[in-house]
Amino acid sequence: MNTTIAMLLIQDGLTSGAIYALIALALLIVFTITRVILVPQGQFVTFSALTFGLLQSGVMPLTAVPVAVMAVIASGLDVAAAPKERRWRTLRDAAWRQLTWPLVLLLVTFSVNPTGLGIFGQILFTLAVVIPLGPLMFRLVFAPMADSSILLLLIVAVAVDVAMGGVALLLFGSDGVRTAPLLAMSIPLGGIRIHGAVLLVLATGAAAMLGLFLFFGRTLAGKALRATAYNALGARLVGIKVRRAGQVAFLLAAALGAISGILVSSIMTVYFDSGFIIGLKGFIAAIIGGLASYPLAVGGALVIGMIEAWSAFYNSTFQDVIVFSALVPILVVRSLLSPDLATDEPAE
Amino acid sequence: MIRRCLWGLALVGFVIIPFLAPAFWLTLLDIAGISALIGLGLVLLTGAAGLTSFGQAAFAGIAAYVTAYLTTVSGFSALAALPFCLLAVALAALLLGGVTLRLSGHYLPISTIAWAAAIFFLFAQLQLLGGQTGLAGIPPISLSGFQFLSGQSCFVLIWACVLAVIVTQNFLLRSRAGRAIRSLRGGALLAESFGIHVFRTRLTAFVYAALLAGLAGWLYVEFIRFLNPTPFDITAGIKDLFVVMIGGAAYPWGAVAGAAILSALPVVLQAVTSGQNENYDLIAYGVIIVLLLQRSRIGLVGALVARFPALAAPGVKVSSSSAALLSRQVPRRGEVLLRAENVEKWFGGLCAVRDMSFEVRAGEIVGLIGPNGAGKSTMFNLITGATAPSAGKITLCGADVTGAAPGAAIRLGVSRSFQHVKLLHGASVLENVMIGGHLRGRNGILAGMFRADRAEEASLAAEAVRQLERVGLADVMHRPAGSLALGAQRLVEVARALCADPVLLLLDEPAAGLRHTEKQELAQLLHTLRDEGMAVLLVEHDMDFVMNLVDRLVVMDAGAKLTEGLPETVQADQRVLDVYLGGVA
Repeated sequence: MNTTIAMLLIQDGLTSGAIYALIALALLIVFTITRVILVPQGQFVTFSALTFGLLQSGVMPLTAVPVAVMAVIASGLDVAAAPKERRWRTLRDAAWRQLTWPLVLLLVTFSVNPTGLGIFGQILFTLAVVIPLGPLMFRLVFAPMADSSILLLLIVAVAVDVAMGGVALLLFGSDGVRTAPLLAMSIPLGGIRIHGAVLLVLATGAAAMLGLFLFFGRTLAGKALRATAYNALGARLVGIKVRRAGQVAFLLAAALGAISGILVSSIMTVYFDSGFIIGLKGFIAAIIGGLASYPLAVGGALVIGMIEAWSAFYNSTFQDVIVFSALVPILVVRSLLSPDLATDEPAE
Repeated sequence: MIRRCLWGLALVGFVIIPFLAPAFWLTLLDIAGISALIGLGLVLLTGAAGLTSFGQAAFAGIAAYVTAYLTTVSGFSALAALPFCLLAVALAALLLGGVTLRLSGHYLPISTIAWAAAIFFLFAQLQLLGGQTGLAGIPPISLSGFQFLSGQSCFVLIWACVLAVIVTQNFLLRSRAGRAIRSLRGGALLAESFGIHVFRTRLTAFVYAALLAGLAGWLYVEFIRFLNPTPFDITAGIKDLFVVMIGGAAYPWGAVAGAAILSALPVVLQAVTSGQNENYDLIAYGVIIVLLLQRSRIGLVGALVARFPALAAPGVKVSSSSAALLSRQVPRRGEVLLRAENVEKWFGGLCAVRDMSFEVRAGEIVGLIGPNGAGKSTMFNLITGATAPSAGKITLCGADVTGAAPGAAIRLGVSRSFQHVKLLHGASVLENVMIGGHLRGRNGILAGMFRADRAEEASLAAEAVRQLERVGLADVMHRPAGSLALGAQRLVEVARALCADPVLLLLDEPAAGLRHTEKQELAQLLHTLRDEGMAVLLVEHDMDFVMNLVDRLVVMDAGAKLTEGLPETVQADQRVLDVYLGGVA
């Protein structure tokens, strides 16, 4: 071990730590607002990384198809739920609000040559096609059972993850994808070169966190979300639409996942099932923050990234075993801090 | 009767299927049986205790790898390896449960996902265990010369295990230990209030489920006789939970039904998609589970029981010829049973209870009244140890219980009802009341499984019936508690509290939702209890009810004691009128 290797490991640890921090933030937003433990968060990362990867290699991904299918089902449900005399109007509204965007995505998918999009077009298309998956997932799966126990929502979240894993395999196949670095530059620092990809990850991570901080701290919509997270019933009483808050939470989660996916694709090879493990590491970070504290979760994510980088150096075979085992001491500490019995949620 | 017939049918099936079923279906049934065993563990863990694990496949994997290693490398026979593999699984469950089960419910499932992934990577990476290629040449189970090699013999072995577990689990679920495990679903506060140690009970359920998964892992490796990591990956652990969700987590047969469906599903999908790739069944599982849980959470067997009530497990038997339970000595009239001295409770910067001091003596009924938010329910939680006071001292029956665990109050003879009713909705009224008598019984999980507890159960049931008769609900004792009106549910809580044989009874709004005559009957009952020497402290908003009932009143406002005295004095007190009427009068 010398300083050069140590610097390289710190660089690796910071990079993956920043990605896990974005995931952990998304998980916290969704959990505090909707009580859903969003296991499929990693799938947003996979869908985004593989969509972007395919675009880069000149193949048009079919990610828009599941988006369109979900949107059609969602508007179908809206129409079915509307009173008979208002069905036509509902259908028209739904078509306008929910179906336009998927239709545009489908048109692009089947008419545009991905190489003609340019790298920014490809990034934009990736975001445009992955982000709607979040609100649609909320609308179809979680909104109808918003009052269920945390446990039940979690089981459903796992089921969604399993289904999305199957869809990912259908859409993208089992080949891995690794994209060229977005920033083809590097700057020397203390004997090593910091790669552009690393800088980009750190800068994007910092920007996303700052953006969230401003959104939750300064805007009315953000404050309404925080109020919902604090007390959903109270928020409803002062006129905040709780269902809408859930939708925004899932939108933010999908956006953070999609951004992480694009970043991750240039620093590691992503397969259709990589998202699960990436998401799980984000979870461990979120648990460090007690599923409630944003700064602790970000700190935790950086720690997880570091543990991963250093265990990869010392014993790459058992890297993941070491990272997941780190959960045990974290849980012991959490146990010691556990709250009163009076606040424990009954399962019934 | 119908249940007897179905059991007969199951036994006939068990005997003739090995001779009739073709080899392919026999193999499928063997796999389904192994999956059902894991599912049976989850019936107790998820269905009964309300905890969830996605890591059961990892436990099965630990057992399978220990067995494979011991038989191929160390030269053990399959049967000799069984105790060791179960021991390994139990130790792993104790370790993982020990660090997770003190936390609230949702930490366990996330943690199980993480360590199941870790254990899977360990299997795949350890060259000692064959890594990705696995271990081959595992010897079959042999019993005095007979080798369990054929699909038939394995079927008999596997399904004998399944049937034996179903029988013992049905007994267990209806025993004292089973009720304790089921009470966890009502939240930690309910269980602890009746002396059920939440952490220990959770750990028991967790280890029980892990051991069944371990048994399944042992059977699996002895059936397939080749081992690689894939069957124990995280997807397998998720499917194990889906088994009980689809079949019905509240019923042991639900595990069997779910296992049968999920084992047959890939075959059906293969036929439908004419042997396409495996990802369709992942999508199908996911979508089925989401739709199922959105619509109904009772699973296939749950739906069948709802449709044909005759299939439900028979209610608790009540016999008149049972020995009476031991009762506590009635305290001397006037003895101080509860003393609160300068008790304070802060939640962050909010002071919920401030400098509260009062006493309750044997043979009196004391009312704790005050406007909404005065801190009455917090005071109850402080007395029963559900929350620890920030300052001050609480003495129950002469023992200092300040900051003691919630079980301390009930052990001293202080039992309570809850403002927000905490009953197990699916359990019968009688079983709910029997939870109150938990500390008056002794029998544990093994006695429950093998019905060595019949005499004690009969006594507990008789005691519960006696208390239900006192509150006038004996005629509905076999109905599910959730089917009662809210007022009646509150009376069930009173009966449950009485079943604990208390010297001090704490009732949080017992009369809310009762009709006028029911209130009169409740008042009558409380007077009788007082005359027998019991002390009663109750929070109540119905002033007519309170004023005619109590001997003394303690009035709280904004967390502090406003005044204390006889009902007439308090009613005439201008300050009391002010806080209730906002000073307008």
